[in-house]
This record gives sequence, C-alpha cells and structure tokens, in this order.
Amino acid sequence: MRIRKLVFKNMMRHKLRSLLTVLGIAIAVMAFGLLRTVVNAWYAGVDASSVNRLITRHAVSFIFTLPLSYRDQIARVPGVANVTFANWFQGVYIDPDQFFARLAVDADTYLDAYPEFIVEPQHLETFKKERSACIIGEKIAQTYNLKLGDIMPVEGDIYPGSYEFVVRAIYKPREKRTDATQMLFHWKYLDERIRQSQPGREGKVGWYIVTISDPTKAAQVSEAIDDLFANSRAETKSETEAAFQQSFVSMSGAIITAMNFISFVIIGIILLVLGNTMVMTARERMREYAVLKTLGFTRGHIIGLIAGESLLISIIGGAVGLFFTFPTTEAFAAALPSGWFPVFEVAPTTIVLSASSAVLVGVLAALFPIWRATSMKIVDGLRQVG
Amino acid sequence: MSHQTIELKNVSKTYMRDSLEIPVLSNISLTVPEGEFLALMGPSGSGKTTLLNLIAGIDRPDKKGSNRNPYVNQIIVHGTDLGTLGESALAAWRSRHMGFIFQFYNLLPVLTAYENVELPLLLTKLSRKEKREHVEAALNLVGLADRMQHYPKQLSGGQEQRVAIARAVVSDPTIIVADEPTGDLDKVSAAEIMTLLERLKSEYKKTIVMVTHDPRAAEKAHKVMHLEKGELSS
Repeated sequence: MRIRKLVFKNMMRHKLRSLLTVLGIAIAVMAFGLLRTVVNAWYAGVDASSVNRLITRHAVSFIFTLPLSYRDQIARVPGVANVTFANWFQGVYIDPDQFFARLAVDADTYLDAYPEFIVEPQHLETFKKERSACIIGEKIAQTYNLKLGDIMPVEGDIYPGSYEFVVRAIYKPREKRTDATQMLFHWKYLDERIRQSQPGREGKVGWYIVTISDPTKAAQVSEAIDDLFANSRAETKSETEAAFQQSFVSMSGAIITAMNFISFVIIGIILLVLGNTMVMTARERMREYAVLKTLGFTRGHIIGLIAGESLLISIIGGAVGLFFTFPTTEAFAAALPSGWFPVFEVAPTTIVLSASSAVLVGVLAALFPIWRATSMKIVDGLRQVG
Repeated sequence: MSHQTIELKNVSKTYMRDSLEIPVLSNISLTVPEGEFLALMGPSGSGKTTLLNLIAGIDRPDKKGSNRNPYVNQIIVHGTDLGTLGESALAAWRSRHMGFIFQFYNLLPVLTAYENVELPLLLTKLSRKEKREHVEAALNLVGLADRMQHYPKQLSGGQEQRVAIARAVVSDPTIIVADEPTGDLDKVSAAEIMTLLERLKSEYKKTIVMVTHDPRAAEKAHKVMHLEKGELSS
C-alpha cells in the first residue's frame, strides 16, 4: 500500500458526498468554459484583426457612407500600401433569423487585403469576371449546403429589391479564428442597382480598408488620412482594425463585463463547494490524523493526504466538466440563430483556464483543513470523537 | 544489570484552560528498566494518560530546567533526551522506537486489517516483500492471519484490538505504550489481549508501559504504580 492508495480510499469513504462534489465542480467548470467561450466569441473579430489594416469610416457614425472618390486620395497617403472598400448590405437570405455578414466589396482588390480568406485562384478569377457572382465562407456553404454554381436569392432591406447571386467561390479560413461566415459580392453590381432604383445614393462606400506597410506607423497614417478630409462634408475617422472591431464589442460592454464577472464568481462557487467538503472531511478525520502523527507520519504526510484528496476531487470534477464543455458549447451554438457568432469554439486558453482553475481550487480548498490538521496537537486529536 | 529504558527526572505537566493553569503532573521521577512491564493505575484525571503520552513523545512536559538545574522536566527514553528533538525528529523517533495501543483501537476504517498493520512500515525503506513478511508475521502473532482482508467494521472489538497490537509491533519497536488496552473489551477479549501483551514482554522482550483501570489487567504487569493527584507512588 502507498499513501496515494490511502488518498483514494479516503475519497471513496463518502461516495455520495464525493460524487456530489465532483458533479458540482464539473457543472461549474462547464459553465465557466461556456461563459468564457461566449466572451471569446464576442472578441473573435478583435482577435482576428490584422495589425497592418486600418479602417476608415465616416467620422459621425459607421452607418453613414463615404464618397468613392476618397479612395484615390487615401491611396496617395505615405505609408498606404493598398486601399479597398466594402458596404454593409445585410438583406435577408431564406429567413431573417439566419444572420451572416453580406458585404458588397470591390471585387478586384478586397481579397488582397484579406489573405486569411483562402480562395482557389481560378475560382477567384471567375468571381472577378462575373458581376452577379459571390464568394461565400466555408461555414455558410456547409450550413446551407451550397455548391459552386448555386443561386443565392437575397431580399434587400437597406438596399431594397430582389437580388440573385451565383456562388463562384468558397473561401476557407486560414486560421480557426478567421470568420468563415461572410458572403462577398461585387460592389459595382450593388451600385448599378442603386443607380437605377435610388438615384443619388450611388457612388458611396461603407468604409475603406487601408493596408499599411508599417504597422508601427498606424497612428500617423490614420491622422494623415483624417486630415485629408477634415472640414469636408464627410469627415473620416481612421483607426486600426482591432480598434474598429473593439468599438462593436464595446456596444455590448455591460453584458460582457457581467459575463466575465459571473465566470469568475463560478470559480468562487467551486471553491466553496470543495472547501465545504474538505472542511467536513478534515473535521471528521482529526482523530485519524492524530493517530497517523502518533505513528510517526510527518506534517508533510498529512498535507499530502488532505491536499491529495482535495486535488483528486477537483481534478476529476474539472476533467469531467471540461469534457462536457465541448458538447455543451456545440449545443449552445446550435441553439443560437445562425451566424450570431461567426467563431464559436472552445479556445485553448479557455481549456487552460478551466483546468488551472480546478487545480487552484483543489489547492485552496485544502489550505484551511491542512492548517487545522497540522497545527492540532496529537493529544487533542486523540481526544476527538470521529 | 538491565539498562534504564525510560527515565523521567522531575517531570511536571500543566495544562492551560483559558487563562487557568491546571497542574496534572508534579515532579514525577520514574525509571523503567529494559524489558519491564509497568502498569500505571489511578483514578480518572490523575494524569496516567498524560504521563504515558510524555513517555511516548506525543506530548511535551513543562519548560525544561535552567542551567543550574538541568535535570528538571527531562525525559530520556532509550538513551534519547526527548526534549532535544524537534517535531520531525520526534516523529521519526516514535516510528522507530514506539508501538502504540489505544483504548478505542484507532484503526483506519477505510483500510483492511493488513493495510492498518502495514501503516507504520510505510515510513520505512523495506521492500514490498519484506513489508508483507513483517505484516503477516505480526498478524500471525495476534492470531488474525485469516482476517487480513477484513475491514475494522467486520471485526469484533477484541479482534480490532489484536490488529492494533499487530500494528504496534510490526516495526519491532523497543517500547510499547498501551492506554487502557482492555477498557473497551469484554472479560474474555480483555484476557486474550493481556495474554498477548505478556507474550510480547516474555518472548519478544518488549518494554511495556500500560495505563489501566482494570486490576485484573494490572496483575499481569511486573510492576504497578499509582498516580494520585499528579503524584506517583508504588
């Protein structure tokens, strides 16, 4: 027999209590993992931002458009490598609840700014040549079972009318955090339709995507661009892509702060659950610890017994919770309206945080019982009724 | 001439209850030669168990004497002045030299009889095979070789105490301290336990110090001493 066998036997002494504690930890770790995943999903756009991309938008609000003529002026600013643009189209595809980003983009240059969207070169060429063509992300293709050549009918809302797009390319995300739920089509196609149906709204773009050659000069380039259009009818606000994405996240700041707070409250709850179990356990066994000390077992042995049991329970609970975090997250994502979160996956940092929280809780929950058991005099322990 | 295995020099012990000082032992001096079976008797609260705990190194006497009189509160057991040992050293010393038998057996309920007896050997560097031989020998000695895999709750009180005796002798200590070893047993079981202790003394030459209320148990000892109000008399 070894000490660790005694640790295991001690854990199994009150099977129901240990089981309930393990379950409590497992559910809490699972909830923690789910909440962290939701928070991460909110920040997915920020995390996936490129450091060498700037976004130039209307200074008043993102919903106001900018003249197409700005493009050439921006391209002449020192430090600018490339300029492209996009419009938020929105529209309804099949069902208003089926949400994903639908953007009218400059077909010739847009994907040069987004190397993380991987498209077959021949498909890209076909897309560029055909005015009603579109490119869709891999996840959209999977969700709606779309193939090359399929028609996507979209009902416009911001830009009213019925639109039909032909799927000519499907892009793959270069990394897991890359959004694979976008639909991109020709800005020129939209502009032609607007020219016909709403004269006066044509020639406008939603925002410019400015690729810069030196990310350390982002602030200077942004300032130079905005200075170009100062005091014009459409002043601009240029910022890094991360800051631009962050401004969307900030709109939900209170919710995210609450979720962040709750996720760490959950860690506190686990600590209380396990702490309660370990305090009860140690109190019941004071006499046994005294006997062990009498036999010559040292403070280290007692610490090992208590911390070992606490860690064993917390690690099993943490492992079970982590295991079920994945299906729970998938089920949660499936229950959300399609496209709510373009990237919704349990991040490695979430796994590390969940696992280390479980271990930390195991250690912390053992501290008080260890202090009681090791500071207890043998003669006092032997007098205790177990 | 036999060696003095246990020597107590002017030992006193006072407990503090809140701010109240309660003297339990007062200037006790005692020598127990090697191989002796000593019974300590006395009424409840007379300090028997406290004296046993001091001899066993699980409690400390009052502060040691000054340079002028160092032979106060000194306990020397098997040549070691227990006052000079720190907690870890004292724990190691107990595991080498002391075997313990308690009134309520104090077996770990989650361990089998075999595993309970094996406990003191976990602190040794014996191989698994050697440990097995020691445990089997100890359980054979107490007549429980056929109950090795039984848990304490599957044993009678007498059998539990025999397992506790096996645990006390498995590491071959020089001294065995027994606190009311028959206090929780019926007459037959108590007689069996006393016979075992006698065997440990006569066949295995163990020094035994036993606290008891039971005059029949005390009869088996070579020497009986009485504690009354913290003072020792023969």
